[in-house]
Amino acid sequence: MSDREQKRERKRSTDEQEVVDEVADPEAGQEVTERIDDLLDEIDSVLEENAEEFVKNYVQKGGE
Amino acid sequence: MFDVDNAPEAQSTREHRHTRYHGELMAAIHKVIGTETEYGIAVRGQADFNPVLASSMVVNSYAGMRAKIQWSHEEESPGRDARGFGPEGGIMPDIDGGLVNVVLGNGARFYVDHAHPEYSSPEAYDPLEATLYDKAGELIVSRAAREAEPLLEDGKSLLLHKNNSDGKGNSYGSHENFLLARQLPFSDLVDYFTTFLVTRQIFTGSGKLGSENGRPAVDYQITQRADFFEEEVGLETTLKRPIINTRDEPHGDPAKYRRLHVIIGDANLNEVQNLIKLGSAGLILMAIEEAALPDNLRLARPVESTWQVSHDVDLKKPLELAEGGSATALELQFRYLEWAQKYAESTDLPVAYNQVLDEWEQVLVDLELDPLSTADRLDWTAKRHLLLEYQERDGLAWDAPKLKLLALQFHDVNPEKGLYYRLAAAGRVRHLFTPEQVEAAVVNPPERTRAYFRGNAVRKYGPSLVAANWDSLVFDTGEETLKRVPMMEPLRGTKELVSGLLDSSHDAASLLEALGDE
Repeated sequence: MSDREQKRERKRSTDEQEVVDEVADPEAGQEVTERIDDLLDEIDSVLEENAEEFVKNYVQKGGE
Repeated sequence: MFDVDNAPEAQSTREHRHTRYHGELMAAIHKVIGTETEYGIAVRGQADFNPVLASSMVVNSYAGMRAKIQWSHEEESPGRDARGFGPEGGIMPDIDGGLVNVVLGNGARFYVDHAHPEYSSPEAYDPLEATLYDKAGELIVSRAAREAEPLLEDGKSLLLHKNNSDGKGNSYGSHENFLLARQLPFSDLVDYFTTFLVTRQIFTGSGKLGSENGRPAVDYQITQRADFFEEEVGLETTLKRPIINTRDEPHGDPAKYRRLHVIIGDANLNEVQNLIKLGSAGLILMAIEEAALPDNLRLARPVESTWQVSHDVDLKKPLELAEGGSATALELQFRYLEWAQKYAESTDLPVAYNQVLDEWEQVLVDLELDPLSTADRLDWTAKRHLLLEYQERDGLAWDAPKLKLLALQFHDVNPEKGLYYRLAAAGRVRHLFTPEQVEAAVVNPPERTRAYFRGNAVRKYGPSLVAANWDSLVFDTGEETLKRVPMMEPLRGTKELVSGLLDSSHDAASLLEALGDE
């Protein structure tokens, strides 16, 4: 295996390790869910009002 | 399937180059890079607003260091074709005469293009700097929008989006520009760059709900732009868009340079994504100039493949190759990466390219493992991840108006409202720059290109500057005739070369006098 391929293998295995760690810890999982809920609530508070109308009115002239 | 591990090795032997260029050896030229972004514009609460007027207000209201000028078209000819059979002469009328144009202290051009405000970054020395100045553009546009608000009726406000489609069949551009050697046969570019552009969409997309322009229905796709591409090669940018754009405006010495105008890319908010997008293209272009790509990996149907890659969010569908067999976009990108790595080992490159190669490799590895694991680096996966979270929490269908709003507001450049910035504030995206570095790029030009001279001319002699172009500045020094300073070399006019001259010239007249003496 070339150096480059070995490096890529390392990049791959590090990623898999991290994924496994996350799944293995149920408390961390719950924390993640709470963090997501907080973020979505925060985003809800800045979203434009009347989604359907807003999206319908968003019409651009072509450009370039 | 195309075998990534057993494809031909990159050749960079003199013999190989001799074959390609009939004995003429050539070294890649330094990749000066710039981006152009047309921002989507809307007035909240006024569906029938005039986009040209609104764009003019935005550009006019920018309170930062700037000079309002005429943009001179004498050296510009967007109708000229790089293949050599374009319209004769190529002199365009001064179409921007009535519209607003400013040159900024950081060397950028900020103006009204069609019905959008457009920020054209200053010429950057490397892809990292190009990414920084593209990011500075977001701040400039968002501040200009805020500063324009007093001009609107009460209760109205401006919305600016760094996106490329309104979801209703209208697209506007995000273009990348790379300095190329004139002697590179344009046909080589078409041959060797097309498949790279088609397959790189897996990391250049900003994500879009649905499809447009008559393409097959999808829930979500990788890019905003793919649906609008209909030709392999051509001059157009507004209809029948081509994968390889042949516009031949070098903005520099035409005997030595081309400027490759890459129109098949999305505007990206994520800094890492922009670095990979600009840096990988720069590397591949240098490798093409040096004939270091051993295979053109030609696709059987490049245009259809463009749509297919964008529509395949799982990155699994193979593309048919012209020489037979097939490969996925990801497999082909691994091949380009490997060739770029070999090329980089064979030559001296600006240090930013090491970071490009690392990030490019990691993003491909992660896309292969799980596309959503790249949500910290790629807009298309960040947006998809967010939409999936909303779907899970609120039980929304892909065509729910709320999802459409989320997908649109992702691109809002107002830092309080834009969802990319909300994700960033929550620590979900990676940065390459500190806020202080971005602030500095709003004000100061790059130091290693001619943008240094342009930006400092604005900062120091702004009131005397009457016209500008990428490759010249025109001053009014109070004499009978205007004085034009050509800047045909993108890597001159740097801090190293002109800071002494600028320091010792207290006004435009003394600058011109000093230049005349040289």
